[in-house]
Amino acid sequence: MLQLLKDHFPQAIVSVHDRGPKRVYLEIDAGAITEVAGHVFKELGARFNTASAVDGRNRMEILYHFTLEDINLVLSFRVFLPKTALVIASLTSVFTAAEWIEREIHEMFGIHFVGHPQLERLLLPEDWPEKVYPLRKDYEEWDPDAVRDRGV
Amino acid sequence: MTRTIVPIGPYHPLQEEPEFFTLTVEGETVVDIDLKLGYNHRGIEKLSEGKVYDQAIFVVERVCGICSTSHPFAYTQALEDLASVEAPPRARFIRTIIAEGERIHSHLLWLGLAGHFLGYNTVFMWSWKLREEILDVMEILSGNRNNYAMFKVGGVRRDIQSEDIPEVLRKIDSIVPTLEKLRKAIMEDPVLHARTKGIGVLSREAAVDYCAVGPTARASGVARDIRKHCSYGAYEEISWQMIVAHNGDVFDKLLVRIKELFESINIIRACLSGLPDGEIDCRVTDIPPGEGIGHIEAPRGECFHYVRSDGTNRPVRHKIRAPTYMNLPTYKSTVVGETISDAAIILAAIDPCYCCTERIAVLDDKGQKLHSGKQLLDLSRQKTEQLRARFGV
Repeated sequence: MLQLLKDHFPQAIVSVHDRGPKRVYLEIDAGAITEVAGHVFKELGARFNTASAVDGRNRMEILYHFTLEDINLVLSFRVFLPKTALVIASLTSVFTAAEWIEREIHEMFGIHFVGHPQLERLLLPEDWPEKVYPLRKDYEEWDPDAVRDRGV
Repeated sequence: MTRTIVPIGPYHPLQEEPEFFTLTVEGETVVDIDLKLGYNHRGIEKLSEGKVYDQAIFVVERVCGICSTSHPFAYTQALEDLASVEAPPRARFIRTIIAEGERIHSHLLWLGLAGHFLGYNTVFMWSWKLREEILDVMEILSGNRNNYAMFKVGGVRRDIQSEDIPEVLRKIDSIVPTLEKLRKAIMEDPVLHARTKGIGVLSREAAVDYCAVGPTARASGVARDIRKHCSYGAYEEISWQMIVAHNGDVFDKLLVRIKELFESINIIRACLSGLPDGEIDCRVTDIPPGEGIGHIEAPRGECFHYVRSDGTNRPVRHKIRAPTYMNLPTYKSTVVGETISDAAIILAAIDPCYCCTERIAVLDDKGQKLHSGKQLLDLSRQKTEQLRARFGV
């Protein structure tokens, strides 16, 4: 399976991290995400689980998780985005299931998804200020009256 | 024809995921639907980043009150994946028993509410009465009727005592005849068929496109069940059947859940009789740097957790995705084109928790209130009554 993917996308796949028989992480080029996701979804019949964004020290990271139930494998595609250009193509053209999670990542991390039909807020309230992204590591409390358990 | 906006929602304290629907209707027919979420967004992902791994289990247990085992299960699964350990066999069996008990009570809860929406309050009373027995079983096994606190990384917190097993089996066996009676009553009722068959159809293609999970997907012929395909717990070691239906309407969603109830009872029986001896905890002392994914089949579908660790005692990132997150957007494909009296049961069919329906208000374009939630529920019941009269029942 991995060899097949590697042969299919020789340029796009940067590195492969084989965590075991059930979990594989592939780092891919951010420009190739729609192409790769389209291939695994349509040709390999994978189910899109969700996407997780992670705020790294120097760059932002998005993981797109897919499950291939037939062979009991979770495939995660990792893309890195520089913090100066948080833009990536939307996967909504490939499957509708990406709509919500891209809206969520957009409001929580400030990553822009090009081609999303409705890139509005999903979870944050209307009075939440613009350009304040709560899941970023450098988030600072903006509301002096708020009582939020940050757990620390 | 003039279009009317029907707002449904936004929230109710009991609801697991509060949402606000805007139905656009032409006369009786729904032509568009939009959703707004986040009324009860508690920032648990951020909260978990500040908790040590053991504390976070209790936090995720409180993501949802009904499927309170699913999140700790997926979370411990993710941490075990991260630390490359596996829980001992006895712990895996106990986890399976708890997870299936939860599935039974969750499905019974849904079944009762579906009956309630359709004006079948007897179904409501019966299934909630049966649910009490299951909650008693959960109390015997875990000490709690809900929020069981049974899970820890590497095993479970509490063992099942062998002297409790006969009582558990007796209670589980006692609900089977009533459940069977209930199943027959529901499956053979012509009015219920008329109310649910061909209503709110989610096609197989749409289910794949929306990546729907759980009973919602399986009712549309998508044969995917994490328990079957992605071996975890004790599901590989006992024999059980995955339930799949093909029409994708409300009736098939009902059918899948009812059949799963019987299957879950069989799984619990098989687990209790084959409960292996030994440790219940493999004592994980620390979580190495790295990343882990855990996913399990919750009553409503796949529950997915991703954890990133940097070697400290708190996660760098903890992503939680509940099953309803994938199932809710399918409303776009199921409600449009149906009548407003069917909207309540279609919205309820994916089991999103019922409470928004109680808060339905129909407004005209000047914002005048036309129907209260009660009136809309009455609309749904009236339709059942009309059908009853037509069928002569």
